[in-house]
Amino acid sequence: MKDFELIKQGAEARIYKGVYLGKPTLVKQRFEKKYRHPHLDNNLTKERIKAESRAIVRCRSAGIETPSLYLIDLKTRSLYLEYFEHSITAKDFIKEASDELIEKVAYDIGAALAKIHGNNIIHGDLTTSNILLVDKTGRNNFKSYSDVKLVLIDFGLAHMDSSPEDKGVDLYVLERAIISIHNNPDRMFALILKAYRSEYPNGHAEVLNKLDEVRTRGRKRLVIG
Amino acid sequence: MVIAIGFEGSANKLGIGIIKDGTVLANCRRTYITPPGAGFLPKETAQHHRANVLAVLKEALDESKIDVTDIDVVCYTKGPGMGAPLACVAVVARTVAQIWNKPLLGVNHCIGHIEMGRLITGAKNPTILYVSGGNTQVIAFSRKRYRIVGETIDIAVGNCLDRFARILKLSNAPSPGYNIEQLAKNGIKFVPLPYCVKGMDVSFSGILTYMEERANTLLSEGYTKEDLCFSLQEHVFAMLVETSERALAHCNSHEMLLVGGVGCNERLQEMMRIMCEERGAKVFATDERYCIDNGLMIAHAGAEMFKSGIKMKWEDCTIMQRYRTDVVETTWRNEHDVLY
Repeated sequence: MKDFELIKQGAEARIYKGVYLGKPTLVKQRFEKKYRHPHLDNNLTKERIKAESRAIVRCRSAGIETPSLYLIDLKTRSLYLEYFEHSITAKDFIKEASDELIEKVAYDIGAALAKIHGNNIIHGDLTTSNILLVDKTGRNNFKSYSDVKLVLIDFGLAHMDSSPEDKGVDLYVLERAIISIHNNPDRMFALILKAYRSEYPNGHAEVLNKLDEVRTRGRKRLVIG
Repeated sequence: MVIAIGFEGSANKLGIGIIKDGTVLANCRRTYITPPGAGFLPKETAQHHRANVLAVLKEALDESKIDVTDIDVVCYTKGPGMGAPLACVAVVARTVAQIWNKPLLGVNHCIGHIEMGRLITGAKNPTILYVSGGNTQVIAFSRKRYRIVGETIDIAVGNCLDRFARILKLSNAPSPGYNIEQLAKNGIKFVPLPYCVKGMDVSFSGILTYMEERANTLLSEGYTKEDLCFSLQEHVFAMLVETSERALAHCNSHEMLLVGGVGCNERLQEMMRIMCEERGAKVFATDERYCIDNGLMIAHAGAEMFKSGIKMKWEDCTIMQRYRTDVVETTWRNEHDVLY
């Protein structure tokens, strides 16, 4: 971890940037959460490092863009991952983007979700902060969107499941994340689902039915205060 | 200057509060307490409220030293909550509003908690964790609404704690959660329990079932009641703090406000404080006077609505058992619309 520079403290981990084996590398260290009991903290951290590593390997063998995994270090609770020099989160991108660009990125998000769900991978924490846009030409040019690829990150809550239930919940988590921070969320989520439908022809119907069910679960819940 | 009176009775607390432009004039409360091992049911809770409401109203008016003619608006809890207790208190609010000839406003209970928390702590635009016997929500303000970013997908955290207290036959006075908190302070051995976080959502039904099935076995294996209370609290609170932290990060927020009955648990406050310190955020919490259901919060939220020009037609002053936080337009908040 020598010469690594702290660039961000996310909710889950501290993110460092540096060079490992000659490659630009991001280290995601799930530091000790002092607020929770050490026993619980150790268990959760280990589980999530494993979940994230497994999901990344699964995704990559299915041809889904995620960062490459360089090293798992359980001792320092760290994952060494490929660092994307020229990238922006979908959240930040959408803030500035025109309607036309939002349409494009929404399509790509829907297509990426179709692909992971088609491979029975459940992300578990889908938000627009956990989706990266990477400029393949290395110019940080996101305006044209022609050389941009979409990369999914933060698989700490991921697991494998073939049921429509977990896929539906996955979409529901994303929908609410979008509603809570983006303007015109209905349009954006509708565009994402449109792409999801066309890119996931064999499975989307069941998942979207489930999504409707999950939504009413949230709405109609008995609430007493 | 606005003087508002608020009536609250959505669950087992009956509260009447009077507020004058953010200054507390009265905050009176009675709690319906059931025997150990039993929870409160709608019918008996409504009977409790009916038997006590006039005495509490008199107490509040006396304490405030105001004349009823000075009151500008009568507010009551429209929902969410248990039907019978809500209706019972709403009838009293409707009646006094007519006798006194004052406008009547139905207030969303969750909004009451949030606005009271903001008033007492001075938090400007916080991310909110609202935790009580009936509600568990992580909330952020965006586009004129309190948006529910994450919530429980089954039972509320307070419900989980209350029902666990029933398994152990703990006293319900002053509240089951308080007694769990006191026992947990002496817990030593940590029992691993189910931990269920789904994105920003949490689930408590699994951990409760686990406890229902195993509590007695664990007790016979040498774990004490204290150990079980301690372990349960550590798990459920860690789930809440984790989802709150995720919401803080997602919304780029630096203020965390804790409201609702479970919000006065000091261990939860401590965990939240540690989390916030680790990420340079500030935590805001209140004590049992304002955290636990009360009439004052209904009066305050109602006064804010009243000042922003909201009027309710008589026929709209009903009750709603299911009334989500995010359906209320926050006409009284003028801050920038999008949270980043």
